Amino acid sequence: MYNFDYHRPNSVDDAVRARGGSEDATFLAGGMTLLPTMKQRLASPSDIVDLSAIQDMTGVCEDDGRLAIGAMTTHASVASDPLVNQKIPALAKLAGGIGDPQVRNRGTLGGSIANADPSADYPAAVLGLGATVKTNKREISGDDFFVDMFETALEEGELILSVNFPVPDKAAYAKFPNPASRYAMVGVFVAQVGGETRVAVTGAAPSAFRVSEMEAALSNSFSADALRGINIPADGMNSDLHGSAEYRAHLVNVMARRAVESLS
Amino acid sequence: MLTVSMTVNGKEVTKTVDPRTLLVTFLREHLNLTGTHVGCDTSQCGACVVHVNGQSAKACTMLAAQVEGADVTTIEGVAKNGDLHPMQAAFKEHHGLQCGYCTPGMVMSALDLLKHNPDPSDEEVRHWLEGNICRCTGYQNIVKAIQSAAQEMRS
Ligand SMILES: Cc1cc2nc3c(=O)[nH]c(=O)nc-3n(C[C@H](O)[C@H](O)[C@H](O)COP(=O)(O)OP(=O)(O)OC[C@H]3O[C@@H](n4cnc5c(N)ncnc54)[C@H](O)[C@@H]3O)c2cc1C
Ligand code: FES
Ligand code: FES
Repeated sequence: MYNFDYHRPNSVDDAVRARGGSEDATFLAGGMTLLPTMKQRLASPSDIVDLSAIQDMTGVCEDDGRLAIGAMTTHASVASDPLVNQKIPALAKLAGGIGDPQVRNRGTLGGSIANADPSADYPAAVLGLGATVKTNKREISGDDFFVDMFETALEEGELILSVNFPVPDKAAYAKFPNPASRYAMVGVFVAQVGGETRVAVTGAAPSAFRVSEMEAALSNSFSADALRGINIPADGMNSDLHGSAEYRAHLVNVMARRAVESLS
Repeated sequence: MLTVSMTVNGKEVTKTVDPRTLLVTFLREHLNLTGTHVGCDTSQCGACVVHVNGQSAKACTMLAAQVEGADVTTIEGVAKNGDLHPMQAAFKEHHGLQCGYCTPGMVMSALDLLKHNPDPSDEEVRHWLEGNICRCTGYQNIVKAIQSAAQEMRS
């Protein structure tokens, strides 16, 4: 790992200022993605701005029928949080299925969505619940947040403060984990929320996406059978040593049906 | 350079280090606590697991700087007055190790599990160990050791 200057600001303003101080500076949350990347010298920031001392970026609170979760809240905290378990159990389950216990003890919601790994779990929930991402500058609709592989709508130096998840009538997440890394080969989040049916897929393509045909079928009849025969084209799907594009396209339907079945 | 202070196995330590110093490097090379191992470069193997403020964490994927002010326990801090901790004794008794490379991480991870869940099922033990890789044992005896220690620690 190349060297860098280390900063640990106590407030959002100081963090944004420290990040803005250098073009090659970067935020550090749980470090579960950034540090391995730096060890392999795939990233070499000049400055690291550690967010861990900023108090108001952690925790879960209820706000007008929605759950606001601080960007620095760890996966383990989301998985065990009583409010999340009561209001959006699918989200607690998703967080509890990320990586392994030590990754969950350190990795954060904000770091996960800022990184926008094509196989990360949280993007499916942000898109599947129609969440809103709150930054130091603005609010970004979940539908607009994930742009491409490792690319989000965040501007240079923009800091995620929290994510606001609407409480759904029902929701479920089913993932086929890569047996070695536990990242999603394919993960599908299905929700009925605010009068809408949403189906969001992660792992399959460069970026998380919704499947309107499945959403329409489930709006008609919320059953796994309604999804039979809705096949996702393999064009543009991820293909790597873990699975071909065709395999991933097939898994989308299987995981979507499992998610719906788990709700009946 | 950066000055970091933390408590390691009950002792306060302060050292001046490069900002890029990983916690595992800090423990092994600056404090000579070589019980915490490094088995991979990808944060996947768990040979480096220690406790930071009571939670298990991969010491290879934390900067020493991030641990400023924290309370760290390594495998060296687990035995008391020369007596193996029941978890260590159970690994020995049940052949929960062969080469022993993964063992410090296994023990530290297992201790964290029992804090959350003092009476886990075999499946829960296996699930919890997803971040700890063992190339030798086939895990069977690791699970047995953890179950035996759990029983001992409950009584
Ligand atoms: C062995 C292993 C297994 C894993 N398995 C899974 C898995 O199954 N599913 C899954 O989804 N993930 C998995 N992960 C990734 C894990 O969830 C990471 O925690 C996560 O992707 C990054 O979060 P972090 O808090 O560690 O962020 P960091 O690594 O600290 O940061 C990642 C990036 O996000 C930026 N960033 C962080 N916080 C903010 C913020 N608040 N605002 C703006 N930018 C920010 C950083 O600058 C950096 O570029 C795994 C990781 C490992 C090491
Ligand atoms: S050395 Fe492999 S996970 Fe830390
Ligand atoms: S005993 Fe050799 S790696 Fe586990």
